[in-house]
Amino acid sequence: MSGGNGQTMGGGQEPLLALHGVHKRFGGLHAVNDVSFSVAPGSIKAVIGPNGAGKTTLFNLIAGNLPVSAGTITFRGEEIQGKKTHAIARLGMARTFQNIKLFHGMTALECVMVGRHVRSRSGLFAGLFSLPSTWKEERAIRTRAMELLDFLQIADLAHVEATSLAFGQQRAVEMARALAAEPKLLLLDEPAAGLNIYETAEVARLITTVRDMGITVLLVEHDMSLVMDISDEILVLSFGAKLAEDTPANIQKNTEVINIYLGADDAA
Amino acid sequence: MSLDLFLQYLFAGITYGSIYAIVAIGFNIIYNTTGIINFAQGEFVMLGGMIAISLLEYLPLGYAIAAAVLITMAIGALIEMLFIRWLESPSVLRMIIITIGISILLRESALHIWGESIRSLPYFYGNEITTFNLGSVHISPQVVWVIVACAVMMAGLSVFFRSTPIGREMRACAANRTAALLCGINTRNMVTLSFMLSAGIGALAGCVMSPITYTQYDSGTSLAIKGFTVAILGGLGNSLAAVAAGILLGIIEAFSVSVVPLAFQDAIAIAILLLILFVKPHGIFGSSEAARLKDF
Repeated sequence: MSGGNGQTMGGGQEPLLALHGVHKRFGGLHAVNDVSFSVAPGSIKAVIGPNGAGKTTLFNLIAGNLPVSAGTITFRGEEIQGKKTHAIARLGMARTFQNIKLFHGMTALECVMVGRHVRSRSGLFAGLFSLPSTWKEERAIRTRAMELLDFLQIADLAHVEATSLAFGQQRAVEMARALAAEPKLLLLDEPAAGLNIYETAEVARLITTVRDMGITVLLVEHDMSLVMDISDEILVLSFGAKLAEDTPANIQKNTEVINIYLGADDAA
Repeated sequence: MSLDLFLQYLFAGITYGSIYAIVAIGFNIIYNTTGIINFAQGEFVMLGGMIAISLLEYLPLGYAIAAAVLITMAIGALIEMLFIRWLESPSVLRMIIITIGISILLRESALHIWGESIRSLPYFYGNEITTFNLGSVHISPQVVWVIVACAVMMAGLSVFFRSTPIGREMRACAANRTAALLCGINTRNMVTLSFMLSAGIGALAGCVMSPITYTQYDSGTSLAIKGFTVAILGGLGNSLAAVAAGILLGIIEAFSVSVVPLAFQDAIAIAILLLILFVKPHGIFGSSEAARLKDF
């Protein structure tokens, strides 16, 4: 990392995440077509585009849920395309889902504790055979998970089964689980989907707080006012290809972007 | 029926029921992390007993049992790594057929190593005629060993799954594999671990029951059928219900002796299995809603 810092003095900051010529084909469908972009550390970047533009596919490629057809993805200076999902997660990437994926049968606290394991576990068999250290670790995990639930203002729901919570609360649990891993990069897939206007404002505040904690955020979102308010940069996808990449102010003036949104549905 | 006889049957039922419950929990652990029924589960029980009996020549009883459990766990892990781990997203049917193949392989290997003779571990305390009296009921101390060992295993598993990081990761892997991967959990290791755990508890059950039920190269098969019946009866994946269902089946079998000939005991388990599969495939304690939430 120190060597990287030397380089950044000249040509701007080294990106945390960089995609170069990434393609994804599903049979005849070109879901992601030659997409290149980078995310600077400590920034909030949004990916927008009409339905079916390939936003969620792009997230799945970055997180390693899907293999890329071509191109490279670099995260923290390391090429991660072809790496296993859990290995990428261990490098410091966490994500939330458009349709929430919590662990059925676990309490909110337990869900967040699972997210924390990646940071604290010494090894597979240490947990089985060294009991005193396991209990100590267990307490540390529990304490940190409670702090995060408190941070997200759902500490009172810690012992409720996560999948029985209200929608907005489930989103908060998922966010806490992602933050528990202390990621360098947080991928948020439509964090405001299905939330009312007050909850959306709360999410906006939360995302900027997270960014101020030093966590870089990449999000997919349909709520344009949220995207325009909080993003440092916006990437626009259309039919799997990059249409524009600019600051919110410039994106709002970009005629091409305005056209695809007026030509598409009422998402804008 | 006199009260004494009633209690005698009841204790016999609880003893066998605890064993069925342990076999069923072995099924559940693997089902929860992989979505497959491991039909070699009964063979793990047989291997535990057989290995302990062989080791008894060189080691005292306690060490022989501990070593047998560890060796069976290693066999479980080895089987998973050889036959299952490297498969890329195999279908459930294919995996089930593989486990049936593994069960035949283990059974035939046992036949070659140990022959057809019926063996058993000695009684842990006393011998086959030692009893103590509970009121007017005569109980073999081995029955207490079986019930206590099963209860301790269930309590231990419960603590393991609730309060240790690895146990929680196994539950996470069972509940949502995609999310578990994204939390940095190596789900393949969790599958190997679930085979080890199932093999280990199966082997321990095989050791404590050996003095009462005896051990033979093919004794795993009927146990697997009973354990499978109990797992289905309780609702697949639900271990607490498996305990209740196991004891229920044990008691039904024990009392059936007073109505139908002993030879019908196995038929009862299979009849219950068929009935449940036809009428309530999610088990008497399971809900169809919970079953639908599973992605497999």
